Amino acid sequence: MASATSSDTFPQMGSLGDVHMSAERRLPDSPVNPVMETRDLNVFYGDFHAVHDVNLAYGRHEITAMIGPSGCGKSTVLRCLNRMNDLVAGAHVEGGVLYHGQDIYEKNVDPIAVRTQIGMVFQKPNPFPKSIYDNIAYGPRVTGMKVDNMDDLVEEALRGAALWDEVKDKLKQSAYGLSGGQQQRLCIARTIATKPDVILMDEPCSALDPIATARVEDLMLELRNEYTIIVVTHNMQQAARVSDRTAFFTARPDETTGNRTGLLVEYDLTSTIFSNPNDKRTEDYISGRFG
Amino acid sequence: MSSTSSTGAGPSFGTGLPGAPIDLGRKARPAETAIKAVLFASAMLSVAITIGILVALIEPVVHFFAEVPFREFFSFDEGTRFAVFPLITATMVTTVIALLVAVPLGLGAAMYLSEYASRRARKILKPTVELLAGVPSVVYGFFAVMFVTPTLLQDILGLGVGFTNALAAGLVLGVMIIPTIASLAEDAFSAVPQALRQGSYAMGANRMQTTLRVVLPAALSGVAAAIVLGLSRAVGETMIVALAAGSQKNFSLNPLEGMQTMTGFMATTAGGENPVGSTSYNTLFAVGLTLFVITFVINMISIALVRRYRQAY
Amino acid sequence: MSIAATTARETVQLATGRSRERSPGSLVFLGLLWFSLFFGVMVLVVLIADTAIAGAGRFDADLVTRYDSTLTPERTGFRAGILGSLWLMLFTALMAVPLGIAAAVYLEEFADSRRWYNRIIEVNLQNLAAVPSIVYGLLAVAVMALIGIERKGIVLGGAIALALLILPVIIITTREAVRAVPEEIRQGSLALGATTWQTTWRQVLPSAVPGIATGTILGLSRAIGEAAPLLMLGLASSVRFDPEGMMSPITALPIQIYGLSSSSQDAFQEAASAAIIVLLVMILGLNGLAIFIRNKFQRSW
Ligand SMILES: Nc1ncnc2c1ncn2[C@@H]1O[C@H](COP(=O)(O)OP(=O)(O)O)[C@@H](O)[C@H]1O
Ligand SMILES: [Mg+2]
Repeated sequence: MASATSSDTFPQMGSLGDVHMSAERRLPDSPVNPVMETRDLNVFYGDFHAVHDVNLAYGRHEITAMIGPSGCGKSTVLRCLNRMNDLVAGAHVEGGVLYHGQDIYEKNVDPIAVRTQIGMVFQKPNPFPKSIYDNIAYGPRVTGMKVDNMDDLVEEALRGAALWDEVKDKLKQSAYGLSGGQQQRLCIARTIATKPDVILMDEPCSALDPIATARVEDLMLELRNEYTIIVVTHNMQQAARVSDRTAFFTARPDETTGNRTGLLVEYDLTSTIFSNPNDKRTEDYISGRFG
Repeated sequence: MSSTSSTGAGPSFGTGLPGAPIDLGRKARPAETAIKAVLFASAMLSVAITIGILVALIEPVVHFFAEVPFREFFSFDEGTRFAVFPLITATMVTTVIALLVAVPLGLGAAMYLSEYASRRARKILKPTVELLAGVPSVVYGFFAVMFVTPTLLQDILGLGVGFTNALAAGLVLGVMIIPTIASLAEDAFSAVPQALRQGSYAMGANRMQTTLRVVLPAALSGVAAAIVLGLSRAVGETMIVALAAGSQKNFSLNPLEGMQTMTGFMATTAGGENPVGSTSYNTLFAVGLTLFVITFVINMISIALVRRYRQAY
Repeated sequence: MSIAATTARETVQLATGRSRERSPGSLVFLGLLWFSLFFGVMVLVVLIADTAIAGAGRFDADLVTRYDSTLTPERTGFRAGILGSLWLMLFTALMAVPLGIAAAVYLEEFADSRRWYNRIIEVNLQNLAAVPSIVYGLLAVAVMALIGIERKGIVLGGAIALALLILPVIIITTREAVRAVPEEIRQGSLALGATTWQTTWRQVLPSAVPGIATGTILGLSRAIGEAAPLLMLGLASSVRFDPEGMMSPITALPIQIYGLSSSSQDAFQEAASAAIIVLLVMILGLNGLAIFIRNKFQRSW
């Protein structure tokens, strides 16, 4: 089992009641008209087979959570969704990743165009060593977005990330002066400033304290109205609180090499995964957490 | 989200319709491609420089050997005008003296820095040692001639050396390469895993025993690389030997005598009146090529040794 | 365990540890290490003191404002050499800095280190850093012949030699500075749809500027003290006019010092000693500047 999570960090939130809250949306059993899909996705780092045959569909305006013990390939799958794995030397992808029906791994697809549509927020807040304003304006500037009024766009993005009121008087100050939680919301604001379609988040709260975590989670629920969100988390309560659907991954050791290859165990509505999972491994993992 | 304004005319799928075709096709980025080509060319320039050095040296050398027989160049006889071996032996003499100075002192400094000094002390002491590498070699050469030979060797030690001699040149050369050896050796010592030291302490060894019997052997290939690089520096150094070792070919291994090294010969010849293309001018390149080949081989050995200890840990 | 017991045990350990570290052999060894460390510094102190005393009579305005003179050795000056060295530094920097940064950026941000040609570049760079400086002089001679310039001892030739000489230094230090910029910054930029070059130009390089500046200045401070490659290019030690362009014949301070050190006249040796102090001050100034930039602007991530 993976590292100890924070069931004790959120005593006030860790109830199954939240799960039903997100299930209230009464979603169909599988995503209709998904924004993204992975088809038989296999990922290798050199000779190491990191992820095996993942088939997943991500629903529009839904939050999809990917959970599982650490090292099971969640981040790897996530990085495939906007071709950030291209940047890892030796990484090699087989199978397909469909975005609006288009395979983003096809030869004539531009990874940069992919990333302008599919943004990413990282585990550790990584603001640029620039002013708050320039952090937001950077994306629109480099992608050559037509912007009538940058000030308005910056305000819109910061409001969208629920950060405007906290920073509106210090837009020209360094982003490094912000708290960790504020920095992470700045990174989210920076991402929505380029008006993406999908936002990928890789354990966006794992470096934050509980209060900052709660704010980011609220923000995710709000952003769901406009964006499709795919989030990796090792915090199961977080998945339960915010996500509509949950994919559970695990890692299976190879008989011959002993290498641990990640695979998708079960994918369903979050309420089903947490209350009535199909697979024994899911149930073990969930109950291991919820004691 | 009240103040939403007329921003973002670009595609906005966050609020747009599903199924709208999205252009993910490759865009030509001519500026990006051009910049990458320029950067690549700049990096390749370093390879071009090496090839250029070889071509630049070989062409005059071909002319040289058209006029001077091989056996006259590869001759030990200092009386033969183009003999190279007396120059090589002189280089050997100054280099060996330099290493006798620099190896113990460089390794000693490296051991202190890596095994004894605190982090804070190291931050001050290391640049202090490296100061020595910042002094121009012509200054060292002047110091050898003005101080080391007359005051140290003649007056204090009472040696019967002349105005120029290999000993003074070698000693000062040694001081100059101390930082080269110290710095690389310190890297090698620091790369030795802490666990090895702790194992040694656990068996009751003290710091000196640990340093000499555990750290030094474990870092041996790195230490060898440091010494070899110091050797390369000593062989290629010019101004100290040009000023202090002598400007007469002398086939001798006696460090108390004056003798002309390879680089000393090149400095003297370049300073004289030798018309481009003349045989004596081409000698410069023949000796230069010999020097380049020798240092090239030495450097490759050093690089291979460094790679070995990087792999070990 | 009680506090008293813990303390007692530590005391015992300390005591035995100390006695082992204080054995005569250990102390001698430590003394030798100290000697190794400070031997160089002692030499440096003697060198500077001896030279300063020898040149003490010549710390006057003539030293830096007058050209060299054989008629009045006691008033000879190094104006041409100082200006020549400054000009050489300027043109060396103009050639070596952009090329060095470009090569470093390619190797760190664009190159796939598993490709054979990139590996060749790597090994070659390490090797070039250890090629004797005098060989770079010969290379510059060949380059000058290649571009058809026959004039000897001019700014251009000297600058080419010094630029080639410090190029590996600049590449290596720039790579270190670029590598120190955290990977998260690059990922953040690329995830927003920036290209590799945009990321390099707008994120990596601005953050690496202090490190690059430090490395460049240290490289230049090495170039300014070099004499051997300049000798190959035929720089004269006596020039009695100021440099006025790339094609202008010049001398350099180290060349003038070399020229005077073989003179037997006391006045010239005194002047050379004073000139050495000037050269050391210039180099020390550059090093001080580099350290200042590093301490003042270097970001610790
Ligand atoms: N850049 C990389 N190079 C090589 N192996 C990697 C790299 N990134 C991840 N891995 C390996 O791939 C497997 C999956 O890692 P990851 O996707 O980070 O898992 P998770 O996010 O679920 O913890 C792990 O065994 C990890 O060691
Ligand atoms: Mg992960």
